[in-house]
Amino acid sequence: MAGTTRDKHGRPVVAVTGMGVVTSLGVGKDDNWAALTAGKSGIHRITRFPTEGLRTTIAGTVDTLKIPEPFCAPNLSHELARLAAGEAVAQSALGGKQDFPGQLFMAVPPVEVEWPQRAAMANAGGNGDLTYTDVLKGAATGKFHDFHDLFLFGAVADRIADEFGTRGSPISLSTACSSGATAIQLGVEAIRRGETPAALCIGTDGSVHAEALIRFSLLSALSTQNDPPEGAAKPFSKNRDGFVMGEGAGALVLEDYDHAVARGAKILGVLAGCGEMGDGFHRTRSSPDGKPVIGAIRAALDDAGLRPDQIDTINAHGTSTPENDKMEAMGCQAVFGETVPPITSNKSMIGHTLTAAGAVEAVFSLLSIQHGRIPPTINYNVPDPTIMIDIVANTPRDAKVTSVISNSFGFGGQNTCLVMTAEPV
Amino acid sequence: MSSRDVIITGIGIVTSLGEGIEPHVQALSSFTPNVDCEKFAPYAVHPAVAVELDRHIPKKSDQRQMEPWQRYGTYAAGAALEDAGIKGNAELLAKMHLIVACGGGERDYAVDGQILTGLRDAAEPDVYLNERLMSDIRPTLFLAQLSNLLAGNISIVHGVIGGSRTFMGEEQAGVDAVRIAEARIRSGQNDLFLVGGATNAERADLLLTYEMGGAVWRDPSVPVLKRGGGGFVPGSASVFLVLEAREHAQARGARMIAKLGPVAAERSRRKEGDVTRILGDLMMAAGPVPTVVSGNTGFSSASTEEAEAIARSAPDAKVILSGDMIGHSIEAQFAFGVALAAGGIHAGATAGPALVTGVGYHRGEGLVKVEAA
Repeated sequence: MAGTTRDKHGRPVVAVTGMGVVTSLGVGKDDNWAALTAGKSGIHRITRFPTEGLRTTIAGTVDTLKIPEPFCAPNLSHELARLAAGEAVAQSALGGKQDFPGQLFMAVPPVEVEWPQRAAMANAGGNGDLTYTDVLKGAATGKFHDFHDLFLFGAVADRIADEFGTRGSPISLSTACSSGATAIQLGVEAIRRGETPAALCIGTDGSVHAEALIRFSLLSALSTQNDPPEGAAKPFSKNRDGFVMGEGAGALVLEDYDHAVARGAKILGVLAGCGEMGDGFHRTRSSPDGKPVIGAIRAALDDAGLRPDQIDTINAHGTSTPENDKMEAMGCQAVFGETVPPITSNKSMIGHTLTAAGAVEAVFSLLSIQHGRIPPTINYNVPDPTIMIDIVANTPRDAKVTSVISNSFGFGGQNTCLVMTAEPV
Repeated sequence: MSSRDVIITGIGIVTSLGEGIEPHVQALSSFTPNVDCEKFAPYAVHPAVAVELDRHIPKKSDQRQMEPWQRYGTYAAGAALEDAGIKGNAELLAKMHLIVACGGGERDYAVDGQILTGLRDAAEPDVYLNERLMSDIRPTLFLAQLSNLLAGNISIVHGVIGGSRTFMGEEQAGVDAVRIAEARIRSGQNDLFLVGGATNAERADLLLTYEMGGAVWRDPSVPVLKRGGGGFVPGSASVFLVLEAREHAQARGARMIAKLGPVAAERSRRKEGDVTRILGDLMMAAGPVPTVVSGNTGFSSASTEEAEAIARSAPDAKVILSGDMIGHSIEAQFAFGVALAAGGIHAGATAGPALVTGVGYHRGEGLVKVEAA
């Protein structure tokens, strides 16, 4: 099934032939890239739900889409994914309508029944002091079957698989905040194994609701500098105080390089390398020695067959939490030495799109290659003296970009890095 | 591309029937189902047996950070590592990859109940919800709920740090977890995997998900195939397998329990006859076998179609229904079937090769062949 072009490890080369993205900056690559390179922020005050009593009242939610009732994380995540995948598949011109000739790998936020639905069932089941017995009684009436289809873990991928006609068994996955990168990694591996000529890899997250925000807030992970909203995400700055939740989706069509060339497809870039390493130190903090972060970056470079000095820019995980940015800078210095390539964090403008981040930022990394421009890290006004690396601060930088590494790190010791190049390595 | 044999070299299991592979192999000849009909009446569940957590999760501080599904899963993972002779071997654990199939974690029922009661009469329900959630939720509860934190806990407690991935999506997540691990070993990408899943059935919120879909069967005395597609009795199960390239297992002198074939995974649209056709085709391609371990859920036409496909494609085979033994453990059921087939063949209690089915109650069709190593 795979073609004859091989990478340095003798494996089929994986091309990118389609990309799609939705964030709080807009729908589609054009709007996102224009805003991103203009240093525009998509972070704003939350209007989706009241924020009285909350420490954080801002987010990069996507509020412009028409979402089918009931409004809930699975329905929004699905719509975000559908739009991003639609853009990517259209650009690739691969397959017919609802006939994508490849597998589906989807990073989706973990699903659970939400409060309006829980309350509807509880009130249908009882009227005294309510417990789960009442919720179950309500569910047993059989009137809430639609909720069942909505709140299954595999439901969003199921709908995307139907809409795009992907092949085989769609995979829904979570590696926390590196999920989007893992979805891409799974696609790369499947193509390299010759299992499929193409893969649709998506990361999506539309899960900013009160409880999700409160959960992160109680872990002290979020910025509380609510005024002005667009100033809150300050990756690598000394006064950074947490991340800002964001929503969005990123999608890539990955394709066996020769398969793409043979059908005359435009090659947008190459997914040259993936690296990962687990961290057994702590549930939310990374090993103080930075070994897993360093290991994941090195593994991605090795997988791509590139030396550190062959990387032109780093698309950072750069969450704007004190812990992440310190550890990430330290990891980059350990791998790249004195000359860490210019580094930037898209999260300064779109917030942390969580499950989607790795996929969204892979699209932006590839756009950097395409346009020869690195988007800025905005809000970089107070340098952190402990982070002395070349941050693309506040204004975009024009540069010939032929290779990018994009980092994604998550709770639970998840570290995943992707190397993207303009041409096969 | 290379094509290598994939060998099962370790099994860790906790279900309602017991701990370890032995009680489950014994159950192949006879067993008494372990069912709790009281705790969640009118629902029945197969509860996991009690285990000595300290054996595989030595630190109480780690145990406290987890909800039951994570504790049992982490425990079973440790048991699998021990069974494979890898536990504590930092060099092997550092290159070992991990794939976990699971749902999410448990909610705080007391908090939810109080909020639901208060919400009903709250003047401003959303504001009330904010206040209560901010003050009532335990900050670390989130870490016990995140799907990928079972994998995270396995990394922390056991030092499996090659890299972990968590698959969600009910039964098919379990099929795909084994499939991807198997494919990565077979293709030469990696040598060593820990793969499996954990489900705690003693959860009102788990019952809720499946009761919304009318999939929960309340009378455990009725066998899976006699329910007319009426549903499943949820069962707790935590199952982990150590999978390894044959060369790798040989080089370290590991005991080989069984050989795992390529895992097939499909997703039909579930039109009438789809399951019979797809499973039948996969079984025909796998060739005749004396044993089938069926994960038949007991729910919907998929249940009757699965039984029909097995009767047609393997009319002479002994069919073992894992759902009658341990109930239905969703994400963990396929790994349980593989473990049962492997353990049975290794012990000489089951005629090999065996086909293991994984047909989801709602979606997904999977099959794998397990045979003597």
